[in-house]
Amino acid sequence: MSKLLVSPSPHIHSKDSTRSLMLDVVIALIPAVICSVLFYGWQELLVLGVSVASCVLLEWAITKYLLKTPSTVGDLSAVITGILLALNLPYTTPWWVVFAGAVVAIGVAKMTFGGIGQNIWNPALVGRVFLLVSFPTYMTSWSAPKGLFGADAVSGATPLGAIQEGLMRGSTVQELTSAYDYRDMLFANLGGSAGEVCALALLAGFVYLCCRKVVKPWITLSIFGTVALTSLVFWGIDPARFTDPLFNLLTGGLVLGACFMATDYVTSPMSVKGGIVFGIGIGFLTMMIRYFGSYPEGVSFAILIMNSVVPLLNMWFKQKKFGRK
Amino acid sequence: MSKHTFSIGGVHPHDSKISRECALEQLPPAPVVYIGVSQHIGAPSVPCVAVGDKVKVGQVIAEPGGFVGAFIHSSVSGTVKSIGPRADLAGRATTHIEIAVEGDEWLEGIDTSDTLVTEIPEDGKAIVEKIRLGGVVGLGGATFPTQVKLSPPPGSKCERVIINGCECEPYLTSDFRTLMEKGEQVVVGAALLQKAMGGVPCTIAIEENKPEAIAHIREVIARLGYGDMDVMVMKMMYPQGGEKQLIDAVMHRQVGSGALPISVGAVVQNVATALAVYEAVLKNKPLVDNSVTVTGECFPKQANLVVRVGTPLRYIIDYLGGIPADAVKIISGGPMMGRAVANLEAATVKGTGALLFLTEKQTRRAPETRCIRCGKCADACPMGLEPFLLNKLSKAADWEACEANAAQDCIECGCCLYSCPAQIPLLDNIRVGKGFVLNAIRARAAAAKAAAEAAKSK
Amino acid sequence: MNVLIWTIAVVTVLGLVLALVLYLVAQRFKVEEDPRIDEVEKAMPGANCGGCGFAGCRAFAEAAVKAPDLDSIYCPVGGNDTMAKVAAILGYEVKAKAPMVAVVRCNGSCEARPRVNEYDGYASCYVKSLLYTGDTGCSFGCLGCGDCVNACQFGALSMDPLTGLPVVDQEKCTACGACVKACPKRIIELRPKGPRGMRMFVSCVNKDKGPVARKACANACIGCGICAKTCTHEAITVEGNVAYIDPAKCKLCRECEAMCPTGAIHGVNFPKPLDKDAIKERIKIRQQKAKEAAEAAKAAAAEKPVILSASEESEKKEATNE
Repeated sequence: MSKLLVSPSPHIHSKDSTRSLMLDVVIALIPAVICSVLFYGWQELLVLGVSVASCVLLEWAITKYLLKTPSTVGDLSAVITGILLALNLPYTTPWWVVFAGAVVAIGVAKMTFGGIGQNIWNPALVGRVFLLVSFPTYMTSWSAPKGLFGADAVSGATPLGAIQEGLMRGSTVQELTSAYDYRDMLFANLGGSAGEVCALALLAGFVYLCCRKVVKPWITLSIFGTVALTSLVFWGIDPARFTDPLFNLLTGGLVLGACFMATDYVTSPMSVKGGIVFGIGIGFLTMMIRYFGSYPEGVSFAILIMNSVVPLLNMWFKQKKFGRK
Repeated sequence: MSKHTFSIGGVHPHDSKISRECALEQLPPAPVVYIGVSQHIGAPSVPCVAVGDKVKVGQVIAEPGGFVGAFIHSSVSGTVKSIGPRADLAGRATTHIEIAVEGDEWLEGIDTSDTLVTEIPEDGKAIVEKIRLGGVVGLGGATFPTQVKLSPPPGSKCERVIINGCECEPYLTSDFRTLMEKGEQVVVGAALLQKAMGGVPCTIAIEENKPEAIAHIREVIARLGYGDMDVMVMKMMYPQGGEKQLIDAVMHRQVGSGALPISVGAVVQNVATALAVYEAVLKNKPLVDNSVTVTGECFPKQANLVVRVGTPLRYIIDYLGGIPADAVKIISGGPMMGRAVANLEAATVKGTGALLFLTEKQTRRAPETRCIRCGKCADACPMGLEPFLLNKLSKAADWEACEANAAQDCIECGCCLYSCPAQIPLLDNIRVGKGFVLNAIRARAAAAKAAAEAAKSK
Repeated sequence: MNVLIWTIAVVTVLGLVLALVLYLVAQRFKVEEDPRIDEVEKAMPGANCGGCGFAGCRAFAEAAVKAPDLDSIYCPVGGNDTMAKVAAILGYEVKAKAPMVAVVRCNGSCEARPRVNEYDGYASCYVKSLLYTGDTGCSFGCLGCGDCVNACQFGALSMDPLTGLPVVDQEKCTACGACVKACPKRIIELRPKGPRGMRMFVSCVNKDKGPVARKACANACIGCGICAKTCTHEAITVEGNVAYIDPAKCKLCRECEAMCPTGAIHGVNFPKPLDKDAIKERIKIRQQKAKEAAEAAKAAAAEKPVILSASEESEKKEATNE
C-alpha cells in the first residue's frame, strides 16, 4: 500500500459504462445483422461494412482534427449509428451513397452538436432521411431477398410503397395486402431495407436489451400500442382505404424504429411518463404520415419530429419528488 | 405483497456481506484513546474533566453543549493526558480528550454481566432521561442524539417506532451480528423505545438477505411475549436504511422536504441504537463501545469487533494484522455513504460502524466521460430528483435553480454516481449545491425570525 | 390590375396601423433612463466580471450615476484610467487608487510539501475542501485543483505543473477578486502592486504551531517572529502562528526576507537578487549600534538619575493637570 486514496462517497460503482451499454446495443443488433446478411447476401455485408467503418472513421477524424478533443470512438456509439444506418438502407445502395449518409449522420447530426450526448436528433435517422430526399431512386426501389448466394434480385417496392401505389391506382387495401403473408414479415421474407425485414430478430434483440436493463420497454410499447390502436380505428372505419393493425406493426421499419431508434438515450425523454408520451407521439405521427402523407413510410419522420420536442417533454414530465406534491 | 420497499428509485449494489459469519469479538482497549467532543450532530460537548484526572469506564467526561447535544463518557479507565485539537479522519482538528489506559475499572452501578433484564419501567420520561444520561446517539450513521428524537415537539405524535435492521449497504454486518447474538437485548431495547413513545406499535425492519436474523428475532419476540411488535421483511434495495425511505417502505408515508420523521408519526432507530438504549436504561451502561465491521475482499482477517469509543483506527487495523498490500482506500462506514479515511491516527467515534478496505480496482474512479442523457441517475434517485440537472446547475453556481429543483432534498446516498455510466461526479457537485441551498434557507429563516422579533418589539 | 391596387392598399394600411400601434406601445412602456448610464457603461471595460461588487458593468454604471461620489465605487479592472473617464462623465472628483494584484500566499510545492494521500474525487478545490483537509500534511495550504484558474476571466492564472500551485500573470491580472472568492482556503489576497511592481508578502497562511507547520511543509511560515523583530517599520505582525506584512507600512527593505529561516517571505520584481549576507551584516551592525546606544543611554541615565526622574515627573504632572 502506498498512499491512501481519498474521495467523496460513494466508493463503489456499478459495472455500467457508456461503452458497456453501447456494447449491449451492438449485441442486441447482431441477430438482425445476421438475418439481413443471410437474406440479402454479400451486398448487405458491404453496406454494413461501409456504413460502420465510415461512421467510426468520421467520428475519429472529426474529434482529432476539427474539435481537437479526446476521441469518443471508444464508446462504440458510432458503431451503433453505422449499423442502424445500414439497416435502414436497401442492400443495393451504392457504397458512396452509404458514405454520404454516414457523413450526414455523424458529421452533421452528431458532431456539429458537440458529439455524443449533445445531438438533438437520432444521427442514423437524419442520415437516412437525408438519403431518402436526396437519392430517392436508390432509396425507394427495393429488392426481394435473394439469400446469401442467390440469383440477382428483382426490383420492386416495399409492401407499404406497393400499397400506396396500388391505392393511387384505385385498388382496395384488401386486394393489395392479400399478396403478403404476415409470417413472411415476421421471418424476413419481404422486400425492404435490411432492418425492415426480420421483425423477430429485432424483437429478440430488444428483449435482450430490456433484460439487461439497458433500455426500458415503455417507449417501444407505447409506440406499438398507439400504432395498433390508431390503425384499428381507421381500419374499422374503412378497411378498403386503410391497412390493418398487424400489417402496420410489421412493415416499414416500425419494429426497428420503435426498438432501436426511438429508444436512443440521447434523443429520448428521461422519465417514464415522458417516454410514454414520446411513444404515443411517434405512433400517431407514423400512422398519420402512412395514411395521409405522401411518403409511404412514416417512422423516420415521426421519430425525428418527436426528437425535437424531447427537451419540452423532459421539462413537462418529471419524476414525482419524494414527499412533495 | 410480502416484501416491502420504498416507492422511488434505489439501486441494488452487490451484497458482499463476507464477514457475516464472524461472531462479535471484544477488542481489548488500546493503550491510549482519544475521545472527540463532537461525535454527534449538534453542538460539541464541553469537557468536564481536567488534565491529570483519573477516570473510570462510564464516567462522564464531557457534557452536552446545547439542546441537540450528548453526554460523552470515558470508554476506558485511566488518566486524562491532554485536552486539545487533534485531527479526525478527514484531517480536521477537533477537540479530543486523550486518556492513557490503566486497567479496566468500571464505574460503580454499571451492570456488565450478561443477564438479560426484561422489566420495562413504567415511566416513559424516565426512560428518555436515562437515554440522555447514557449519551446514546443514533448509530445508523447520522449520530443524531437519541433523546432529541424521542422528544417530539408539541403538536406531533409518534404512531410507530421503527427499528432499522436493514443494513442495506454492502459489506456491513455488525447490525446482523448484533441481531443474531444480542437479539434479546435489541428486542427489549425496542420495547423500551415503544414505552418511551407512549406504548405505540413497533416494527423491526430486516432485509430479506438476513433470513437467520428474521427467524431469530421473530422467535425472540414470541419468547419474550411483547405485543404490538413485529418483524417486517424488506426487499433488498439500497438506500432502504435511509430514514425517509424506511418510513415510506414501512408506513407508506412520505416525509416532506425539510420535515422530520415525527411529522408523519414515525420514530426510526437503528438496531445498534436499540441495543445501546437497552444497556443505558436497564444495565446503566452508557454508550462507551459499539460494534465495528472490519472487512473487504482484500482484508484477510474479517471481523465484527466491539470497539471502545476513541480507539485509534491504526490500533484496530494492527490488531487484525495491518493494512493489506493491495488495499488503497480505507472507508469508515459502508461503501456507498462511508467516509474515506485520510488520517489513520484518527480515533473511532460513537457512529463508526465499519472499516472497509477496498482495492484499486474496486474503488478507483474511471475518467469522466460525456453525459449520454440515459436518465439512469434520475431512475436511481430515491428522492425523485434529477441528478444530471442538479449537477449542471450546481456547476453553474445557480443556487436558486438548485433550490427550485430540490437540491436540498438530496440524502447523499450516492445512487446517482453509482449508476452513472459516464462516471460523472454527480454527487460531488450536488453536495456543493445542497450546501449553498441549505445555507440560503437557514439565512432566510433567521432573517424572517429577526424581522418577526423586530415587529414584536415595536 | 385591380388585385395589384388592392394588395398595395391593404399592405399600406396594415403597415400604417401597425406602425401606429408600435409607436403607442413604445410610448406607453417607455422607461426613463439617465442617458449618462449608457455613457458610463461605454467607458467601462465590459468584462462583466463582478469584481467591483456589482452584477456587471451596466449595474456598476447605474450605481455610479446614483452615487453621490465615487469614493466607494471602483472598477478594479479598468483601474484609474477608467475611473477618470467615469468621473469626467459624471463630473465627480476622482481619487487615484494604488493598482492591486492577486498574490498566492502558499508556496507548498510538491517538493516542499509531500503528498500524504491521493485525492480521487471531482477536481474542484471546493468539493475537496468539503471532504477533508487535503492531500498534504498542511490543512491550510493550496488544494491544487485550480478553482482560482477557472474563476479567472482574464487568463491571468495558471497551474504550474511542477509545483502544483497557481501562478499569477501580473500583466493580465486585473485584481477583480474572483479568485479570492473562489479559493476555499482563502489563500489568494489582493495586494498593492507596489512601486515598479516591487512588493513583499508572506507566502504562507498556515496557522499551525511551528514544528507542525514545518513538518508538513518546508516552506511554511512557522510564526517564529524573527521578521517582526527585524522590521524597523512595524509592518509585520505575527498572529495565529503566521506573519503578515502590511503593504501600507512596508518600505521594501527586504530585511525580513533575508532573515526568514524558512523562506516563507517573498519579494518580487526587485531589480537585484537578494543579497542575504549583506543585509544580515547591515542588520547586525544596526542592532550592535542600537545595543550600544541603549547601553549608553542606560549609563547616562544611571549617572544623573535624580534630575531625569524629576523632570519626567513634572512632565507627567503637567500632563495630568491638562
